Parts: sequence; structure tokens; C-alpha cells
Amino acid sequence: MRVLSDVTLDVARGELVALLGSSGCGKTTLLRSIAGFVTPRSGSIRVDGRDITSLPPEKRGTAMMFQSYALWPHMSVAGNIGYGMRMRGASKNAIARRVDELLALMQLQGFASRPVTQLSGGQRQRVARARARAGDPALLLRDEPMSNLDYKVRIELRHELRALQKRIGITAVYVTHDREEALTLADRIAVLDAGRVVQYASPEDIFHRPASAFVAGFMGADNAVALMRDRDGTLRVTRGSGDGERLVAHFRSDTARVDASASQPANGELRLHGRVVQTLYVGQGWRYRVQSDDADVWAHAEQRIDEGASVAVIVPHDALLLFPRAATAG
Amino acid sequence: MTLAGRFATPLVRALLIALFAFAIFGPLANLVLWAFAEKWYFPSKLPLEYGFTFWQRVFSPRGNALASLGTSVWIALLTVAVSLAVAIPAGYALARLKLRWRGLILLAFLLPQAVPNLPVYVNIAQVFYRIGLAGTITGVVLVHASHGLVLAVWIASAAFASIDDSLEEAARNMGASAWTCFRTVTLPLAAPGLMASAIFVFLESLDEFTGTYFVGVPDVMTLPLLMFNASMGGNYQIASITALLLLVPSIAFMLVVERFLKADVLAMVGR
Repeated sequence: MRVLSDVTLDVARGELVALLGSSGCGKTTLLRSIAGFVTPRSGSIRVDGRDITSLPPEKRGTAMMFQSYALWPHMSVAGNIGYGMRMRGASKNAIARRVDELLALMQLQGFASRPVTQLSGGQRQRVARARARAGDPALLLRDEPMSNLDYKVRIELRHELRALQKRIGITAVYVTHDREEALTLADRIAVLDAGRVVQYASPEDIFHRPASAFVAGFMGADNAVALMRDRDGTLRVTRGSGDGERLVAHFRSDTARVDASASQPANGELRLHGRVVQTLYVGQGWRYRVQSDDADVWAHAEQRIDEGASVAVIVPHDALLLFPRAATAG
Repeated sequence: MTLAGRFATPLVRALLIALFAFAIFGPLANLVLWAFAEKWYFPSKLPLEYGFTFWQRVFSPRGNALASLGTSVWIALLTVAVSLAVAIPAGYALARLKLRWRGLILLAFLLPQAVPNLPVYVNIAQVFYRIGLAGTITGVVLVHASHGLVLAVWIASAAFASIDDSLEEAARNMGASAWTCFRTVTLPLAAPGLMASAIFVFLESLDEFTGTYFVGVPDVMTLPLLMFNASMGGNYQIASITALLLLVPSIAFMLVVERFLKADVLAMVGR
């Protein structure tokens, strides 16, 4: 089965690159092929100019953090962390010193002889991180290391990891399906779709200048409206064709505002007239689903509007992400 | 529930338990009685005299019981060694590699159990006689191993299958070669399951009678064969005492096996 094709990715030293995509897009396969658990049919993988494509996993010098943490239940915390150094024949003293150092760094002092089966999820995660770091790997690979943690722990860890990354500068490839995680942690993000890298750029570029409608949708601009741009530059909401440029506009729900009053349209902004069909309370105001003959979008408003009300959705010009629309696309 | 029903239900339950207990412990009680009976003949319901005379005879140097117990245990240990030597690589391969005929291979190990024993053993005896394995410990061990392998391979394969792939991958990733990974991660994690399969094979071999009878007799004398000879010769006391001796390891190991065979391993048996 072909999972990945035509993937080119370069990671600079000290850089943290996030592979972002929905499940089944090939991001984990890409990570596993760097680690050596999957052999690519063609192409090459290089670390520091050394071709590692045909090396077995143990000779690659990468350290992987697994989604399940993959801690060995028959070993203690220290046994898990020191395993890699034992494999490389480090002295007992050197291993003990390094393990102590890492335990202190991970705030796990006194846990050295505990069996890993007795640890909480957060503690296991820290042991897994310590194990991956123990051998000072050239490249750190992380497969959704935070997906098993509580939301609050995850947020704290994100900040902590970002600070650590800035200070130590480990080269790392980080697989995630969480766009917020990718945005806050990564120096660069590679968005994957169906086995291809569809955009590889800085978080700001990915967020504000998505290369395609797919990336825009994946990064949260999930409202899509079919448009025509007339010769004079005005945008018309229509699914049909006609004279002008066929476009699709993506925008984020929180950049669109629902206006119950009929104010005058400002220059370049997009106006959609429709009816409120669904209401969601989201804490900071409400989110409304507004339907018209040509569009079906979600927009934000701070005030309460009744379902069934006729409203206008207003999207400022700079919040619109415009992409060409194929002739058959709705 | 009616009043009668409320009394009847515990009564029925008690009766069923009693019946069940009798079916299990009845023959055992008879065995214990015979083991300590000095005199017991028709029409007495219970032995007329109790004592340890026959125990002395069984354990006397001329009694053969200890020698055959030794032979039995030695054969059982060798059978375990042979079975595990096959079951560990076979079980690992069946659990980890994507073999095309996996189901068929697992079934093949079941064949010795599925086919009627006697014709098979008669044939084996004939073949072994021709190649000089009849009447040897090796011959008996091979027969026992053919029987024990199904348990050993099935349980070993389940034990390996219940180990998460990522645990092995993590070891490889940390610099362990395939063999080191197997030695330091896979094997220790599979050890409880392998231990359980070893115990099953050991017990199976210790109790085995038919195969030993056809291949081993008269040069290899195991405890079940001794018991058979004794009861055929009307020595019920000797037969009962050897039977009790055979029960000891079975019961002891059954208690141990229960600790080793975890639900996650059992769930993988035959998968």
C-alpha cells in the first residue's frame, strides 16, 4: 500500500518541525520511516549528511517518543531511562549520573527505582521524554506525545516544551493532529494531506497565508463560500458561473460577525444574507450557523440572536482567504 | 418468588454443589482410603485396617517407585526443554511475522491431539523400533513433546502477541540489535506466558501413559506405567499411592499457573 509519495522535507539543526495532518494522512508513517521502522520504496533519508535510509533502527541515532510512551513494564524508571546508554556500553557511574540529572530535570527525583507501572500518565510521559533525551540524540522524533494527557497538563507542557526547545535547541520532528499544538510548538509546520506535503512553512505563514483551500480549512478557516469576482473587483456570493473569476473564500468563524441591523457595507468586505438555523454558546459569545441559498457558514456574535432571524454575516476583506475554484466545485 | 421457591432455590443449589463435589472428590477419597488400607475386602464398606506398610514398600529401595518418579521427572524436564526450544521461535514467528498460512500452522500443531492416539502410537513405536529409539528416554521425550507442543506453541504465540509492538520498537530505537531487543525486552515480557506453557507441558508429560507404554516399555519405567502395572496386578494400595504422588506436582503447579497466565495472554490464545 502506498502511504507516502513525493515527500521532501528538510529540517535545520536545532529546529522543531511539526508534521500536521488528520489521521491517515501519512504523518506517522513519515516519522516511522525516519526512525527506521518503515523502509521507503525509493528516495533517501539523511541526518547530518549521512545516508541512513538502509540502516537498521538501532544504528540511526534517532530517539523516538511513542504515543503510548512504550515504557518497558518489567524495568524500573532508572532502567528505562538508562537502557539506551547501557546499549552503548556506558559505565555504570556515567549511566547513574545521567539518569539522576534527567530525573531532576523532569522533576522525578526519588522515582529511580519505582516500577513504571506505578506512575501516573503525566509521570510516564516525563519518563518517556527522559529516556528519549538520555543519549543526546541527533534527532528527536515525537509521535503525538501529548495526546494521552489532560487538556490542562497539555497546555502547561506545551509552554514548558517551547521554552526548553528555545534554550537547548534540540532538532525534533513532531507528529500531531492538533493545529494549536503545532502552531505554538513548531518553528516550521509541514501540513500533510493524503501522503503529500501540501505546505511547509512557518506557523504564521501557514495560518495567515495557507497555500490551498485544504490548508486553510485544516487551520480553522473552515467556512467555505463560492464566489465570483467581477472585473471591477467586487465579490458576489454565487455557486454559479458567469463573467469574472471563479473563487472560493475561506474564513474563520471568529473573524465573521453576525449583524442583525442593516448597516452600510464597507469597502471590500463580504456580506452574506441568510437565516440563523443553529446556535451554539461558546463561552465568549455565541456561534451561529447562517444559511442562505448560496452559502452555509458559521459566524460569531457577542449578542444573543434568535434562531430563524434574518441576519447579515460580515467578513472583513483581510480575513478572506481566496482560492481559485474549479468549474465543477460547488 | 413464592415461599416454597425461596426455600427450594438454596436447597437445589446445595444439592447440586454436593453432587458436583462428590463427582470430583468421591474418586479421590476412594484413592486416599486405598492408599492407607492395610486390609480391605468384600463386603466391607470401609478398610478393616489402616497403616503405612504399603508406603514403606513403595519407598523401599526395591519398590521402584522413587526410581520411576525420577525417570518421570527427568523425562518431563527434557520434554519441556524440547518443547520450549521449538515453541519460543515458532511462537514468536507466529505472533510477529505476517505468515500466510498462520492459521494452518497453528492447526497443524493441534493434529497430534485431534487424531486418535492409539493408531498413531502403534505406528510411532514401529518406526522408533526400526531406528533404535524404542525403549529409550529420547524416544519417550519425542513422543511427549509431539503432544506438548500444541500447548507450548499456542500459549507462547499468545504470550508474544500480547506484547505491544512499540515496546520492541522502542528498544530498537534506543540502540538494541534485533537479538538484544529480544533478549532484554521481548523474552522477559513473554516469560510469564512461557512459564505457564512450560508447566502445562511438564504436567502433560508427567501424566502421559499411552505413548510411553508403546515406545518406552519395558526399558523406560515412568510413574504412570508403574501405577498401571500395580493396578493390573491387583495392588490397589501401590497404585493409589503412586496416583497420589502424581497428584502432588499437578496441584502445586496448577496453583502457580493461575498466577502466570494473565487474562491478556489468554485472550490471545489461538489468534
